[in-house]
Amino acid sequence: MLLPETDRRTLLVGGTAGLLLAGCDKINQSPTARSIFSLAEDANYRSQRLIGRNALATEYDEKHLSPVFRPNGSRMPDSPDYQRHLASGFSAWSLAVDGLVERPLRLTMDALLKLPQRTQITRHDCVEGWSAIGKWTGPRLASLLDLARLKQQARFIVFHCADVEGGRPYYESVDLVDAFHPQTILAHRLNGQPLPVQNGAPIRLRVERQLGYKQAKFVMRIEARERLDDLFGGKGGMWEDRANYQWYAGI
Amino acid sequence: MRAPDPLDVKRHRLSTRLWHWTNVVAFFCMVMSGLMIFNAHPRLYWGKYGANFDHAWLEIKGANGVGMLRVGDLKVETTGVLGAWKDSAGAIRYNAFPGWATIPSSYNLSDARLWHLFFAWVLALGLLFYLVRSFWNRHAQRDLAPTREELKPAHLWQDVKDHARLRFPTGEAAARYNILQKLAYGSVLFVMLPLMILTGLCLSPGTNAWAGWLVELFGGRQSARSIHFIVMWGLLGFFLVHIAMVVLAGPINEIRSMITGRYRIRPDPRSKPAPHPTDNKDEAHAAS
Repeated sequence: MLLPETDRRTLLVGGTAGLLLAGCDKINQSPTARSIFSLAEDANYRSQRLIGRNALATEYDEKHLSPVFRPNGSRMPDSPDYQRHLASGFSAWSLAVDGLVERPLRLTMDALLKLPQRTQITRHDCVEGWSAIGKWTGPRLASLLDLARLKQQARFIVFHCADVEGGRPYYESVDLVDAFHPQTILAHRLNGQPLPVQNGAPIRLRVERQLGYKQAKFVMRIEARERLDDLFGGKGGMWEDRANYQWYAGI
Repeated sequence: MRAPDPLDVKRHRLSTRLWHWTNVVAFFCMVMSGLMIFNAHPRLYWGKYGANFDHAWLEIKGANGVGMLRVGDLKVETTGVLGAWKDSAGAIRYNAFPGWATIPSSYNLSDARLWHLFFAWVLALGLLFYLVRSFWNRHAQRDLAPTREELKPAHLWQDVKDHARLRFPTGEAAARYNILQKLAYGSVLFVMLPLMILTGLCLSPGTNAWAGWLVELFGGRQSARSIHFIVMWGLLGFFLVHIAMVVLAGPINEIRSMITGRYRIRPDPRSKPAPHPTDNKDEAHAAS
């Protein structure tokens, strides 16, 4: 029996749309297509470095602060080590700076506070689309790296964190342009208060020209490396390894 | 006396045709991957910042089998389409836009970004080349710019009436864009697509560092994100009208003209002699 005209048309249109959608999902799974699509990440990284290598992120006034700075991701690392430091107010905690450096360091919170401090009111942009404006205070990452003196081969700075997401230790990495950028700081204060645990106490990275998942929280160790492909999943960050988020998150 | 013969003219250059079909692909990949990105945070704000604790002017929510769209104070139940819908396996999902409207069809923000950031380059570079070329070879000035005469209210109104009565141009007039076409294409080429690209760039924290003035021009990053979303619907609206007009004006002829470049003109029934002498017909074909 022939279907009525409208039913046939619906089937035809619906069927075509369904095929196209299934096609998109197939393309999405194709390694070739994915490697072509990811050329855009490279193009974005290169063009951003070409146009705005040393550009400064917008800094705002106090009146632009978000009433509530939304926390996201891990809010409370549950490792016994972290819990012990938290209980003692991070008094025995220290930050390791090692890897490809001439002088490996261990910096206590007092030592970090003695370095020149920078305060900046900047916008935090999550990859999901929301934004929050907060006031951050902390030493520049460049000050620490200057103290430790990078070896010639060092090309990336890796941040090892105390939190674990989906069974994976959180880590992130940036290139040296962002590492030495004047607004790249290790924040220990948010909106004039000691950094809350949910926002990454005792210190979190602020790398202001990239998205939220690059702003590593609960930083325990900073490591200078020549390459990233031999570390954890090889893509330079927990979200990059776990779900293929772009390593360059400036867009 | 026999009716005047139809005439084939060359209507679209190869560059225009290639660009058109590239855009069809790029536009749909951008819209569908964009809707998936929206699903990651289905709330829109005005201003510099905006997150869960701030007031959203638009929000799509779903819970307990019910989907809801809220725009300002207006709430509409959208179960089945927005906020709560069934996937192909019949399971209820609470993402804002349904699987049939997104790339990929099940929730994946990083894959959607992979598509979106790739086709953004295709769309932007394509538009750039097209605009440079169109101004260079004077296509824009010659064929797209409205004349003073065309912009007179009487002329505009006549064209609106003709469209509403589905009275499409015949003869020589059919080979040129009419004023409503010029305005529609102009709004896409010079307003909506550039707005999409600029507001899209404003969402990039990297771009924000070297073009902070641009973000401020749109009223802040979250305003730019809202405008990005709204103009997308404008482009979808253009697409729907465009398809409707293609269907009404003769889909085979129209689609063929965008594939091969050749367009068959129905002769003007009012003009007694054919626009081209019939004995010259072969030459007219050859010359076109």
